[in-house]
Amino acid sequence: MLWQALTLQLGYNATLVTIGAALLGIAAGATGTFLFLGKRALVSDAISHATLPGVGLAFMTMVALGGDGRSLPGLLLGSAVSAAVGLLCVSWLTRRTRLAEDAAIGAVLSVFFGFGIVLLTIVQSMTAGRQAGLESFLLGSTAGMLWNDAVVIAIGGAAVLALVLVLRRPMSMVAFDPEFAAGSGMNVRQIELAMMGLALAITVVGLKIVGLILIVALLIIPAVAARFWTNRVGHVVLIAGAMGGLAGYTGAAISATAPALPTGPIIVLVAFVLFVLSLFAAPGRGVLAAVVRHLKFQRRVHLRQGLLALAQGQPIYERLTLRLMRRAGYVRPDGVATDEGRGQASKALLDERRWQLLRSDPDYETAAARYDGLTPLERVLTTDQITELDRNLGPEAVT
Amino acid sequence: MMGAEFVALSLPPLLIGVFAAVACALPGNFLLLRRQALIGDAISHVVLPGIVLAFLATGVVAAWPMMLGAGIAALAAVVLIEVIRRLGRIEPGAAMGVVFTSMFAGGVLLLEQSDTSSVHLDVQHALYGSLESLIWLDGFGWASLLDWEALQGLPPELTRMALTLAFVAVFTAVLWRPLKLSTFDEGFAQTLGLRTNLLGLALVVVAAIAAVAAFDAVGSIIVIAMFICPPAAARLMTNRLERQIGWSVLFATLSAVLGYVLAGYGPLWLGFENAVSAAGMIATVSGLILLVTALAGPCRTRAGAPTET
Repeated sequence: MLWQALTLQLGYNATLVTIGAALLGIAAGATGTFLFLGKRALVSDAISHATLPGVGLAFMTMVALGGDGRSLPGLLLGSAVSAAVGLLCVSWLTRRTRLAEDAAIGAVLSVFFGFGIVLLTIVQSMTAGRQAGLESFLLGSTAGMLWNDAVVIAIGGAAVLALVLVLRRPMSMVAFDPEFAAGSGMNVRQIELAMMGLALAITVVGLKIVGLILIVALLIIPAVAARFWTNRVGHVVLIAGAMGGLAGYTGAAISATAPALPTGPIIVLVAFVLFVLSLFAAPGRGVLAAVVRHLKFQRRVHLRQGLLALAQGQPIYERLTLRLMRRAGYVRPDGVATDEGRGQASKALLDERRWQLLRSDPDYETAAARYDGLTPLERVLTTDQITELDRNLGPEAVT
Repeated sequence: MMGAEFVALSLPPLLIGVFAAVACALPGNFLLLRRQALIGDAISHVVLPGIVLAFLATGVVAAWPMMLGAGIAALAAVVLIEVIRRLGRIEPGAAMGVVFTSMFAGGVLLLEQSDTSSVHLDVQHALYGSLESLIWLDGFGWASLLDWEALQGLPPELTRMALTLAFVAVFTAVLWRPLKLSTFDEGFAQTLGLRTNLLGLALVVVAAIAAVAAFDAVGSIIVIAMFICPPAAARLMTNRLERQIGWSVLFATLSAVLGYVLAGYGPLWLGFENAVSAAGMIATVSGLILLVTALAGPCRTRAGAPTET
């Protein structure tokens, strides 16, 4: 069943939803990256909640004009307008008053959402226009998705993606260092608004599939997850797009296999799984990599200290050190040093003495800064320099 | 409007609304100043899975297990945000975004998976509550307020909300000085030996308690709005924390009363038949108050910012 869903064999509607969700995920992941890198991920939360009054107002307007209140393009247009108003409110509150951006975000999202609910209750009491189902915009609903809806989503997603590609350089510059961007003659405010505008477009396009409460997740989670894998902006955008697309595709496919699996939440949960995988498994920034790094470092410290103790004839009591020394073949199980252990120990001691000498010599100041008690001196100085150093060390030490 | 009908139908929801608004606004002041305003938003999203899990565990729609579940979910979310922020070295906003959306999605999924169609438990209810339905069937006019028998019939939400408000107020009063110090100058508070981490956590926990109790009675929109809007508006009115708290309580009360009245009676005055959502209206009114203070509040600009002419 799941395999059939993943290979798009579960019928027309499921295929439409799956492809639409994948496109949406790709566009959302790429767009969200810039919000996340600019540390403004939660602005998208305000944007998405601010779409609700627009949905209600658009419905009422369309019914008042005698049309079908549920025409998707009309509702999306309305939600885009009210989200834009909300966005401008956040920006206005942050710039013109002393309120911080998070307070502005929270105020706008709750007030607009509250007002949207008021409008929805009015719509519910209207008799005209087949209002049932307007609430589906809260959590998304893919059951009745039509070819036209899919086309709207595909075109919207593609347009946003194209704009992201065009604007990626100015946007990453503003996200990382707005002062520098302003200094090099960019209109930071306009670029920021463009960034937000793209997020807004994604939100509006995604209303039908994931709904306005969860669309934030598609903007934030893939970007955060992608950040673990690389340090380059271009790569983060690509990986975030791929993860968003994967989450959208897999999520929609899973949700098509059973009736009680709502599309939006499943997509978000798949994205969350990808995030958790990245958090733990990513090389470099991942948790597992950090643990491995830590253990390796611990091993080096213990071995070095063990060897130094051996060289100076001191007993070793530390259990971990003993175990590591034994495993490396430096000591026998009864604690007596092997030949190799003695060799390594005197090497370590010599290295330590050389370092001590080097650190007391002002000529080697830059090299001395690299002392960490672990790095062998051969990695810092050339053979000639070490020979030079050894001349001052005295013959009895070099054995 | 002030007759017997008012006491039975409007007084309890009005009081519950006011209590909920003030209980959220009090910790909201500190959260706002600590730049943690969106904690309220996060908490109000994550209580959904907690409530659903509590329902699945007990099988009944009862207030206490659900509040417990919601409280546990809120705490779990706070811990999870902190863990992800530290482990992944991610900025707090993004960590929050990851956690609350995922937990909310989990809640919705659980709700769909479990057979809750027979009971009154759905996402809409969680979002905008049912303030209007909290009526007092035993209230026959103002005299009922002195009648012990009739008072027994008050909606339990009223008592819970009043207790929560009292608890939040006592917390704020008792820890006033440490809270104020650690909010404005955490480093200084630490040198005085205050456990600022613990204090911050306590504040979040109290906020979660207020949020969960209010959530149970009035839905999550009011919770988010009342955590942020009245304190933000109050912040634009004054530079002193004491007065800011006073203003925020005033604004919260005003929002609750005006919002409830406008939602209940406004449409009737305009000639419509049905009332609109009270929770939504209260949030809207609080937003309008914020708008007014942002346009005309005496302390609306940043200190040192150029004044506009």
